[in-house]
Amino acid sequence: MVVVLVVTIIALGGGGGSSINIIGSNTVTPLSSVWAEEFMKTHPDVSIAVSGPGSGVGIAALINGTADICQASRKIKQSEIDQAEVNGVEPYEIQVATDALSVVVHPSNPVSELTIAQLSAIYTGQITNWNEVGGNDVEIVAIARDTNSGTHVFFKEHVVQMKGLTTEDKSLEYGGDVLMLPSTEEGVSQVASNPNAIFYPGLGYVTEEVKPLAIKQMADSTGVLPSVQTALDGTYPIARPLLFYTDGEPSDVIKDFIDYCLSSEGQDKVIEVGYVPLE
Amino acid sequence: MLGKTSPTTAESGEALRRRWRLGEKLIESWIFLAGILTIVVLLGIIALLLKEGLPAFWYTSPWEFLFGTKWYPVSEPPTFGITSFFVATLWVTLVATAISVPIGVACAAYLAEVAPAKVRETVKPIIEILAGIPSVVMGFIGLMLLSPLVQSAFNLNTGLCGLTAGIMLSLMSLPIIISVSEDALRAVPDDFREASYALGATKWETIRHVCIPGALSGITAAVMLGVGRAIGETMTVLMIAGGALAVPVSPTDPMMPMTAAIASGIGNAVRGGLQYQALFAIGLILFVITLAVNLIADRVLERQKRKFAR
Amino acid sequence: MRAGAVSKRQLSQRSAFSLLIVATIIVALPVLAIVIQIIVNGADAISLEFLTESPSQAGKAGGILPAIVGTFYLMLGTILVALPLGVMAGIYLTEYARDNRFTRAINLAIVNLAGVPSIVYGLFGLGVFVLLFHFGMSLLSASLTLACQALAMTVTTSREAILAVPREYREGSLAVGATRWQTIRHLVLPQASPGIITGAVLAMSRAAGETAPILVVGAAFLLPGLPQSPFDQFMALPYHLYTVAAHVPGMPKSTMWGVALVLLVVVLSFNVLATIIRLRARQWRYSL
Repeated sequence: MVVVLVVTIIALGGGGGSSINIIGSNTVTPLSSVWAEEFMKTHPDVSIAVSGPGSGVGIAALINGTADICQASRKIKQSEIDQAEVNGVEPYEIQVATDALSVVVHPSNPVSELTIAQLSAIYTGQITNWNEVGGNDVEIVAIARDTNSGTHVFFKEHVVQMKGLTTEDKSLEYGGDVLMLPSTEEGVSQVASNPNAIFYPGLGYVTEEVKPLAIKQMADSTGVLPSVQTALDGTYPIARPLLFYTDGEPSDVIKDFIDYCLSSEGQDKVIEVGYVPLE
Repeated sequence: MLGKTSPTTAESGEALRRRWRLGEKLIESWIFLAGILTIVVLLGIIALLLKEGLPAFWYTSPWEFLFGTKWYPVSEPPTFGITSFFVATLWVTLVATAISVPIGVACAAYLAEVAPAKVRETVKPIIEILAGIPSVVMGFIGLMLLSPLVQSAFNLNTGLCGLTAGIMLSLMSLPIIISVSEDALRAVPDDFREASYALGATKWETIRHVCIPGALSGITAAVMLGVGRAIGETMTVLMIAGGALAVPVSPTDPMMPMTAAIASGIGNAVRGGLQYQALFAIGLILFVITLAVNLIADRVLERQKRKFAR
Repeated sequence: MRAGAVSKRQLSQRSAFSLLIVATIIVALPVLAIVIQIIVNGADAISLEFLTESPSQAGKAGGILPAIVGTFYLMLGTILVALPLGVMAGIYLTEYARDNRFTRAINLAIVNLAGVPSIVYGLFGLGVFVLLFHFGMSLLSASLTLACQALAMTVTTSREAILAVPREYREGSLAVGATRWQTIRHLVLPQASPGIITGAVLAMSRAAGETAPILVVGAAFLLPGLPQSPFDQFMALPYHLYTVAAHVPGMPKSTMWGVALVLLVVVLSFNVLATIIRLRARQWRYSL
């Protein structure tokens, strides 16, 4: 009985009209959804579906052929490129926006700036008290995202491991007391309600309830606050690209959509959502 | 009711009966297939967990996997050790059990032995509502309402810890503990109670010395089912247990139980890759643990039923 | 017996009973507190727009219609698979199975399936339906996964409902010449139907609330329209709650509570339905 049902459904399945399947990072999801909504207004025959839950799943979906566009908040790894090649897929990278990772603390926290080295030491567990970085004598509650998030990886490589600096150390890992939360929203609300917490949400998640810190590349640099401006001109040290990956160069509807995202209209939406446009 | 047509001649009657029997045989074979379906699904789950999870042990030795404390799936090279997750599961289960067992059994005793019918009729639907609340809603409530309370009450750095998760888990285990314990208490024959009263015991003394001991195996099964529930719960602990990777030494530490560890990583894991295999391996271990707990509970319940069977 | 000795035991009984009552209150109060909080905080977000429109601006505005519809499709898909199979398995176990090792294995399998954590079902669904069968992250994969989870419940409730039909009914039917299947079809099943349906409704309620399996199998964050076929992607209320509480910048808190409220109402109304069926069962049975 069930077999008959399933066969009937399979026979009926497969709708018409063009569709785009976007799968991947939850960081990019709010942006892709807004773009999709706007694009579908002017192209009513196209249907676009946007899904999370992480960059890794998006890349896998691209390799499996179940995604047309993979949205990612981290670059594709070599091992993933290799796996793609085995499956006959050629990942083609397009940067669609930038995100400034803001390091936020509670508004009552006297600390207003940190160096990358200090951030690294906080997140490896080497520095445990706010008074070691010029704050009050209380324990630091360091909050991070879990491994589902491309942000987790990006922050680890560029801040914890201090990529690009002379002090780069690839063996450093997140400390054992760092809270790995499943969502950015949760991290931000924790910081808003906990005077001792610190977290690194994307620029779009920063609300008035939290205070962004100025980040100094080195001890003698000037601290730079995260903003669309400082991310664009490169003075803010923790900025990361938000990417779309397609199988080969995009064409047809997918190309039209990505062209829209990169257009000035689309890039205006980027600021609305809270991220950083490309120029 | 028994037949749609009646035969007009002897031959067509025979043909009709033959058709009935064929059709019936067909239906009966479907029924048989459905009957073995549960075994098929269970074997399927085991097979899949083994297929995807066992390879994890070729990369990491079982000893290191089970007793290692470093879980760095995105490093190069990745390391997989799940002691922190295992201990975290133990902590939240312990907290949940310590809260839900005394309260649940006491509540069951009240409902089964003491409560007037009106009270029972009001309380039972409330418990059924509790049983119906989805786990994501419980996690949401824990996040919004309970964790700030725990944070200020215990003067902690953060309210996202094993204690908060354990409390919400205990709420989720309560309905099953109460319902199974209540059934167990009801199964104790009235003759036992009558005999106790005849000897001059008060109601409470009867409950304490006759009913509860008599229902003990059922209550034990209830506790095990509650424990099984706590071990297997995902969304609630994902949202409120804290997610720290260090081995938790106290229930007020932020921690990541095994279920949350799987959910936290499955989004990033490239299918077939090392992290993917390691997550399936955790799933395998989880499956074995909950299997053992539920099997024991079932055995104990069977024994309880046989004890008082008439 | 001395009057003093009796009153001491009475006293200890009274304090023991108070403790029992306190325990019951500790159980009941949080439930009421939770439900009231959700209603109070979520009521603001509820409007006709909220319930009938699609989300816009990444879920911050608009409504949650696709999530509601997706949840109903999931419940439907789950029960379309789990109910017939569960009933047939229940029939097999009560009417046809002999008491041998094989049957005991089946019963064991049922107990085990009931205890498997939902995230493990998620992994199973991912490995088998999404990947192996190539159904992708679709309604079909999710429904089949949830159906596997519901199977243990539908088999058990069907079995118990069928067992509850008195043996005399069956014997009477066989005595007038009906075959076994005819007896089952025209007599046993109708008599057992309230119990079977109660189990089905409870299974649907459970399917509506599950998050972990659909998180792994892949519910979508935003869909432009409602799913047209089982192979389409879907949104669902529990996943939407998890997402809006989690992944969208600047989500207004009342929206989160609103989603929680809608989910709670859907789940609890099915529970209430199951209870009503259970209570009305007697009248129903006599009318057959």
